[in-house]
Amino acid sequence: MSKDGVLIRARGLVKRFGDFVAVDGIDVEVRAGEAFGFLGPNGAGKSSTMRMIGCVSPPSGGELQILGMDPRRDGPAIRARLGVCPQLDNLDPELTVRENLTTYARYFGIPRRTARERATELLEFVQLAERANSKVEPLSGGMKRRLTIARALVNEPDIVLLDEPTTGLDPQARHLVWERLFRLKQQGVTLVLTTHYMDEAEQLCDRLVVMDGGRIVAEGSPRELIERYSTREVVELRFGAEGQETFAGKLAGIGERTEVLPDRILLYVADGDAAVAEVHARALAPASVLVRRSSLEDVFLHLTGRTLVD
Amino acid sequence: MSVLEKADSGVAPRAGLVGRVPALAVLEYQLVAYRRTWRAGVFSSFLLPLLTMVGFGIGVGAYVESGVGGVSYLDFIVPGLIASTALQVAVGESTWPVLGSFEWIKVYFAQAASPLRAGDILGGHVAFVLFRVLTSSLAFLLVAALFGALHSPWALTTPLLVLLIGLAVATPVFAYSASVRSDSYLSLLFRFAVIPMSLFAGVFFPVESLPTALRWLAYASPLWHGVDLCRAATLGVAPDWSVPGHLLYLGAWAAGGWLLARACFRRRLVV
Ligand SMILES: Nc1ncnc2c1ncn2[C@@H]1O[C@H](COP(=O)(O)OP(=O)(O)O)[C@@H](O)[C@H]1O
Ligand SMILES: [Mg+2]
Repeated sequence: MSKDGVLIRARGLVKRFGDFVAVDGIDVEVRAGEAFGFLGPNGAGKSSTMRMIGCVSPPSGGELQILGMDPRRDGPAIRARLGVCPQLDNLDPELTVRENLTTYARYFGIPRRTARERATELLEFVQLAERANSKVEPLSGGMKRRLTIARALVNEPDIVLLDEPTTGLDPQARHLVWERLFRLKQQGVTLVLTTHYMDEAEQLCDRLVVMDGGRIVAEGSPRELIERYSTREVVELRFGAEGQETFAGKLAGIGERTEVLPDRILLYVADGDAAVAEVHARALAPASVLVRRSSLEDVFLHLTGRTLVD
Repeated sequence: MSVLEKADSGVAPRAGLVGRVPALAVLEYQLVAYRRTWRAGVFSSFLLPLLTMVGFGIGVGAYVESGVGGVSYLDFIVPGLIASTALQVAVGESTWPVLGSFEWIKVYFAQAASPLRAGDILGGHVAFVLFRVLTSSLAFLLVAALFGALHSPWALTTPLLVLLIGLAVATPVFAYSASVRSDSYLSLLFRFAVIPMSLFAGVFFPVESLPTALRWLAYASPLWHGVDLCRAATLGVAPDWSVPGHLLYLGAWAAGGWLLARACFRRRLVV
């Protein structure tokens, strides 16, 4: 770790696959103890970035320093201190839940006894203790994900990298994962995660960067980003089947900004109720009206003109 | 929850041997995985030599009354079968399991995220293949001893010879399996390399009976060198080729195969 507590420092970091630029010169700093997020849609370059940080993918350009070391030279030493939960689970389905942890611990040179003890503790932590001796194959997606997270903790890492930790999980399984990650965060473990779910980013990240097309388009805490790029409230209007565009013109002047989506119109306003009153005053009768607080989804929409999850 | 509390996580204790030779951790993983299936394999690793011994040695041997070059047909083919068992097991264990570790269960990628290097991952898996080659060949050797087909104390060197054959064959096959994306390519390897070698590289009859062009193909195959060495060992006779020549030739396959396989592993794991 460097003196200022920066664990990961990237400057103009680039990843190319042939002619294709997946990560296009990003600057990132992750400090000890924080939960840092990469928020962006599919193809934004999140996984490519995580794989470079995980020292399994050499940068094509720029600088990258992890735990004060150079991934090009010190890959094994850095990886020894990282915990990695990849986007797609790569557990061994034929081994038991416990064996997946104990064999993995050995890759880090952890003695067998210690490995067994840690496996027991970690299975308790991710609430899989009862399944310790069952095979991995029949486990649900959420259980596999939790096991992968436990595996990432087996070497007591300084940084835990989580690539889309809850993608593909049902809401209940997702909440269970969030709750565990939140516990880790409270214990001061440095988390770096990617997601294309704005609620995940809002709940877990102290600080995040919004990525799109291999670039960082904004950076800050969820609150800062919302304050900077959106209004306090949003009014969502749906105008039935007629198409939203016909109504968009009639809404001019209400609020700071209007976004017209295929299925609804978003009005960015300071006061939602006042805006709704104004809509009715203009004799417009939307099929449905919803007033809500601004979210990172709105930040993304404002910055890129697109929604995060399509 | 001491595991997760940074306070008592000092420097991670490094386990002696595995700390120094990380590939051993990979071997250990392979052995843990093998523990689930080995029982099913033990029976067949004895049954197969037994059946071939009875079928070829005694059945076919009855028609080859003159023997081959002064030794009974059974005694002639036993060392060849031991060498070709090493070949079959080495290739079998270096094809589907390797492709699967990249394409299906992706365990190599999980290993690559740990401090292991491509060479450790390769080395640990190759070591497991050698373990399989050794145990299968020992089963064969045991059956052969029971049939009285071992005639020289040099037979004790066959375990080392099969390890060398295994290494010479497994490493290039690891490279091959790491380079293809579909298992239909693996069947090709059996059809166009393993089966022809098993039939024509001196296991069942001396390669001198082959037409010249085919004979040179047999000489080029690693199996013929293994067969000649094993035959010299179990019969206690001089091999057709010099012993150092054989050893060097197989060693060259092993070394070349290792370098190639490691390059292929790096290309797949580090992208
Ligand atoms: N190994 C690869 N070879 C070629 N292109 C790749 C490779 N990995 C990723 N890409 C491309 O790079 C872009 C970014 O991918 P990725 O980093 O996986 O994005 P994200 O994780 O944000 O969805 C995508 O267009 C993807 O197709
Ligand atoms: Mg991704």
